[in-house]
Amino acid sequence: MENNSRRGFMGKAFGAVAAVGAVGSLVAMKKTWDPLPSVKAAGFTTLDMTTYQEGVMVTEKWRGKPIFVLKKSAEVMENEKGNPEAEARNIKIGNDNFMVAIGLCTHLGCIPAFRPDENDFLCACHGGMFDASGLVKKVPPPRGFDIPPFKIDGTNLILGEVGPEWQSMKDNGVTL
Amino acid sequence: MAHFTKATSVKDWLNQRLAIDKVEKVMASEYWIPKNINFLWAMGMVLVVTFVLLLVSGIFLLMYYVPTVDEAFYSVNYTIMREVDFGWLWRHIHGVAASVVFLVIYIHMFTGIYYGSYKKGREMIWISGMLLFVTFSAEAFSGYMLPWGQMSYWAGMVITNLFAGGSLHADGLVEWIRGDYVPAQAFLGRFFMLHVLLLPLAIVGLIGLHFAALRIPHVNNQDGEEIDFDAESKKYLDGDKAGSKVIRFANDFMSKDIMVVGIFLIFFFYLVFWNYSFALDPVNFDPADGLKTPAHIYPEWYFLWSYEILRPFNIDLGLILFGFAQVIFVFLPFLDRSPNTCPANRRGTMFKVWFWLMLSNMIILTAMGKLPPEGVFSTIGLVAAIVFVVQWLALPFITSREKKV
Ligand code: FES
Repeated sequence: MENNSRRGFMGKAFGAVAAVGAVGSLVAMKKTWDPLPSVKAAGFTTLDMTTYQEGVMVTEKWRGKPIFVLKKSAEVMENEKGNPEAEARNIKIGNDNFMVAIGLCTHLGCIPAFRPDENDFLCACHGGMFDASGLVKKVPPPRGFDIPPFKIDGTNLILGEVGPEWQSMKDNGVTL
Repeated sequence: MAHFTKATSVKDWLNQRLAIDKVEKVMASEYWIPKNINFLWAMGMVLVVTFVLLLVSGIFLLMYYVPTVDEAFYSVNYTIMREVDFGWLWRHIHGVAASVVFLVIYIHMFTGIYYGSYKKGREMIWISGMLLFVTFSAEAFSGYMLPWGQMSYWAGMVITNLFAGGSLHADGLVEWIRGDYVPAQAFLGRFFMLHVLLLPLAIVGLIGLHFAALRIPHVNNQDGEEIDFDAESKKYLDGDKAGSKVIRFANDFMSKDIMVVGIFLIFFFYLVFWNYSFALDPVNFDPADGLKTPAHIYPEWYFLWSYEILRPFNIDLGLILFGFAQVIFVFLPFLDRSPNTCPANRRGTMFKVWFWLMLSNMIILTAMGKLPPEGVFSTIGLVAAIVFVVQWLALPFITSREKKV
């Protein structure tokens, strides 16, 4: 009897040691699977906004993701008048208005194609559509294109750094 | 035991140490198989053979494949396909087997459903089988990533995005799974590991469990008849081979299995040598490009039905129904409330209709999943997806009203 409870105690004690080890190794496994510091650090891209032409959609690259940059024409701006959702997404640099967005469909992440005649984006994967400000025109995408964190620096746009304009977009729920 | 005598032969020497006589009886010569089963019961053996083909061809591919984003594509499409002598053969065997194995799994599954082989004491066979199906799916998906072509990259993008959970927007989780913001080196490396080590290990373990689950309740038969295996095997051993309802697995039943496997292999190697291209998507012959999506993204044919369930709905509902479709088959033994274990066609109209409707509906979903999501195809897909869900929800009700036959 006494023997049994001794064995029981030993079993529990060593069980506890093993459990601590198991939890520790789970932490190590989780962290090993995390993105590497070098991946996280290589996160900034600077765009010179004077180089873009009206109505021509250019795809840039930031953190491996495509970034859509579209300098809006007067016609597009006219269409957007009175649409607060679209206006809230404008990025103003000097006198120009830009749409800058992560070019991945918010549904499952395909890259929608720009259609210059329609001034919109069509996602071939499941038929989603976005307008020239990046708002959803046709589901399944649950929300408009996400806007990458940016900071305006004269006529440059630094992607990956949080500026006041982006912060207020985020606070107002314009982007995630 | 632990009492050894001087061995009289090599066999005796081994017998004292490994009990090979006993093992042979348990696994083969006294493993009893009912007589009234048809060729559909040979699919298990067909799957074993296909799995071995995958393993062997995979080992040969592994020797030249390079798991880096810069070299993966060329190591497959140039080195293995052109430089390595017979490299093309291993790749075609691997590709064709990866596709055909799912065809056979589906036949195996629907055979089980048709004959009620998941019922009464055979639940664990069914559940372990469905776990195998899920693991095979993960194995197929991770393997699909490795050539690092356009479809690989974008399938990886789309499927990992599913883990964001729609409106939950768990981007952190997605980035953790990928080890990067987009599929890149970390992603390729870990999927390579999963494909060649962890998942195959799990598959081998699950195959063991699947077989163990079969050993005690024994295999079902064409009439769902309850056989007293002890009594019938005794009859057989006493010499009444004709009167007994069972036969030995080896070598009696094996001969039939091997015949079916033989026919299967002829068909299989016909595909490998003359029609391998069906298993290789043309889009995947472009190297991965993170800045260009192919016009249509679709998975391999065996995932199309569940992909189509995801497609017609908004993202949250789509995800929920997709998840539902992935797991619901596991619960089949518990959703089927009827006492009958017999072929679907003898279980009364309700289940008969349920079975054939489920089978045709999944074929329709598969076809719609391949077609572009436009116009009438979207509508058919939507209806079929709803029918699929409704059928599963209705199953407990229609089966509990079934009369005992
Ligand atoms: S990924 Fe764009 S609509 Fe699904």
